[in-house]
Amino acid sequence: MKALVAVKRVVDYNVKVRVKADGSGVDIANVKMSMNPFDEIAVEEAVRLKEAGKVSEIVVVSLGVKQCEETLRTALAMGADRAILVETEVELQPLAVAKLLKSVVEREQPQLVILGKQAIDDDANQTGQMLSALLGWGQGTFASKVVVASESLNVTREIDGGMETVELRLPAIVTTDLRLNEPRYVKLPNIMAAKKKPLDKLTPADLGVDPSARLKTLKVAEPGSRAAGVKVANAAELVAKLKNEAKVL
Amino acid sequence: MNYQAPLKELNFVLNQIAELPSICSLPGYEDCSVELVEAILEEGAKFAEQELAPINRQGDQGARWHDGEVTAAPGFKEAWQRYVESGWVGLRAPADYGGQGLPALVALAAEEMWCSANLAFSLAPMLTLGALEAIEHHASDVLKQLYLPRMASGEWTGTMNLTEPQAGSDLAQVRTRAERQADGSYRIQGQKIFITWGEHDMADNIVHLVLARLPDAPAGVKGISLFIVPKFLVNADGSLGAKNDVRCVSIEHKLGIHGSPTAVMSFGDQAGAIGYLVGEENKGLAYMFTMMNHARLGVGIEGLAVSERAYQAAVNYARERVQSRAVGSADAAGVPIIRHPDIRRMLMTMRAQIEAQRALACYAAAALDRAGHHPVPEERAKNQALLNFLIPIVKGWNTEQANEITSMAIQVHGGMGYIEETGVAQYYRDARITAIYEGTTGIQALDLIGRKTAADNGAVAQALLEEVLMTVRELDGAGLSDLARNLRRAAADASRAIGFVLEHFNARPTWPAAGSVPFLKLMGIVLGGWQMGRAALIAQRLLGEHGADVVFLESKLTTARFYGEHLLPQSGGLAHAIVEGAESALALDEAHF
Repeated sequence: MKALVAVKRVVDYNVKVRVKADGSGVDIANVKMSMNPFDEIAVEEAVRLKEAGKVSEIVVVSLGVKQCEETLRTALAMGADRAILVETEVELQPLAVAKLLKSVVEREQPQLVILGKQAIDDDANQTGQMLSALLGWGQGTFASKVVVASESLNVTREIDGGMETVELRLPAIVTTDLRLNEPRYVKLPNIMAAKKKPLDKLTPADLGVDPSARLKTLKVAEPGSRAAGVKVANAAELVAKLKNEAKVL
Repeated sequence: MNYQAPLKELNFVLNQIAELPSICSLPGYEDCSVELVEAILEEGAKFAEQELAPINRQGDQGARWHDGEVTAAPGFKEAWQRYVESGWVGLRAPADYGGQGLPALVALAAEEMWCSANLAFSLAPMLTLGALEAIEHHASDVLKQLYLPRMASGEWTGTMNLTEPQAGSDLAQVRTRAERQADGSYRIQGQKIFITWGEHDMADNIVHLVLARLPDAPAGVKGISLFIVPKFLVNADGSLGAKNDVRCVSIEHKLGIHGSPTAVMSFGDQAGAIGYLVGEENKGLAYMFTMMNHARLGVGIEGLAVSERAYQAAVNYARERVQSRAVGSADAAGVPIIRHPDIRRMLMTMRAQIEAQRALACYAAAALDRAGHHPVPEERAKNQALLNFLIPIVKGWNTEQANEITSMAIQVHGGMGYIEETGVAQYYRDARITAIYEGTTGIQALDLIGRKTAADNGAVAQALLEEVLMTVRELDGAGLSDLARNLRRAAADASRAIGFVLEHFNARPTWPAAGSVPFLKLMGIVLGGWQMGRAALIAQRLLGEHGADVVFLESKLTTARFYGEHLLPQSGGLAHAIVEGAESALALDEAHF
């Protein structure tokens, strides 16, 4: 079974981003960029499925600027077999990404598509679900456990009330949650080998998709700073404050 | 305190100062590229930050000796396993034996991160690679096939057994004996001390390289042979056999690097340890010297790496610690101490030296790669001479300053630094050995004035000063005239000191010897300033490019200016001590001390 994994290049989770002076977005010039941590988990899961003999080939896809190649190389070093970069300078929003991925899926014909549940930059949490709808495939989102049977997939999902297990007929979409696995350290020989693995480049035009943004960002601002706390004398005062000032009770 | 690998700085130094792209074009390094190195350093940084740095503190509790066996400090064995699984041992091991054969420049950049994260741990791979290099260059093919693949993978570690109680800096005094056996092997008997990672439980086997004397060997340094003495004998098929007659008698109680067991090794308590000759008899010391350059460069990196870790701790503390009103402020409220001018001066002093040292060390590493791989013989020879000159400076200057920089990091912490809780005291203690082992600063300095300066009548030294002056002119041309002026003055001081060494080296050898360590420091300061000058020129050029990293590049320019105003002027005092001060250093009668 062929698996396709989507990876996004985002600002590294260690970086404290700053809002641009004009409020048009965050400043990402010259900051460290890395693979979205949820996508790392997605790659790791695919590699584990391959090691377990459930998956025969892993194709990783990234969409965006040229530097996404580095992110793809990391995925190749982790164990993916080949990579596709859909190169564009356009700011990509979830629906455009889902449409582009749908087109890639139609070319590649994977049985399983694994994505991070969300990217840590925009936290949209939409692409997997949209892709599922566009393809008409089943979806197992927020996966904390994935078990592959011959024609189907059992996905344990993290939901508000606890765990839920769904059975999906293949082909299917899975989006990963934090507890699905712990990504491995990339091995040095694999970094070297990744350079020689195939990486194809496409454009949105090749895929027949118009990736233009549909949503307009009005303003990006820093969250307000937290006011200083106060000490309360006893529980009664705390309850009173929660009721009257915070109005949460 | 968490360690964060200075990736931006490392990439700047590798790509711009040490010209990595040109190193990648050398024969044998074609697989290397700027992008590949960036990817390697990024993954290496993750490993250093997440696996090695967190166990540095517990490593300080030390390894434990029990009845000849040594248990590595808590967490070390597991970390070693992951380090081996990730393939990091093989970074600069030759491709023929399963390594990646990457340039020394790349390896040293990675080593800086291991050393910063956990100096004690980093010594295990460092020693393994040193032993591996010696075997690769000098041992027979049979021995190479048997030992190198397992060492390059890290399944086995390696050690260097040179020192004996009476043979420290002077290895001519080695007394360990080797007797020829009928089967071509040797029996080794004797005691070695200060054996780094001489015994531990992290790997299946330990490959000891041992210096010993044959019964009929000539006296002195020309009568010492080098042997492989494995902890467990290795069968012809590579499987492990019986335990050899090798015992760890004890491990030392030290000032620092407690996580690295420093063993007293006894060879041949019973019938004699079985050893295998590396290369030819009586050439052992020469063989050890072939890898000395890499090893000394490595220790120079250790010094810089511990300085970097201490600097990071100091910056973080200075940001968090609130104490006293700002100087000149009417507001009585306390401010983070990073706003106090003297704290600032200390942080800048640390930062400027670390950046200069990293640049100079990487510049030397590039020379090492060119000396080994350049297709043109003259270029190889030129780079070898350059490297030979720079090695004692990088080793001696980086490690001497590591003592000062880690001490300064404690000073920034005040009393909080003197207690162990903040962790910065450990860097100070760990750093202290680096100016001692692999040749003390005094030994480096004698090497510098003798074999490296006087022997070629100052040719390499003068050629380097010519390059410094070229940079001075470029700085003037680029409008960086403050730095140019300071660098020109320092170069003149260096020239004066070189003249003094050359003038007196033969007639009055004790004079230049008395000033040899100041001379080494002077050369470090001047050549470090030269690299900062180059860095400033590069930074200014890059600032003009679209999408330039303005904060990083402007910080580089400011740091270079600070180096010129605070560190380069030290050259005057050092030159004075060298040229004028030899007599008083030697004047006091020995009995009057």
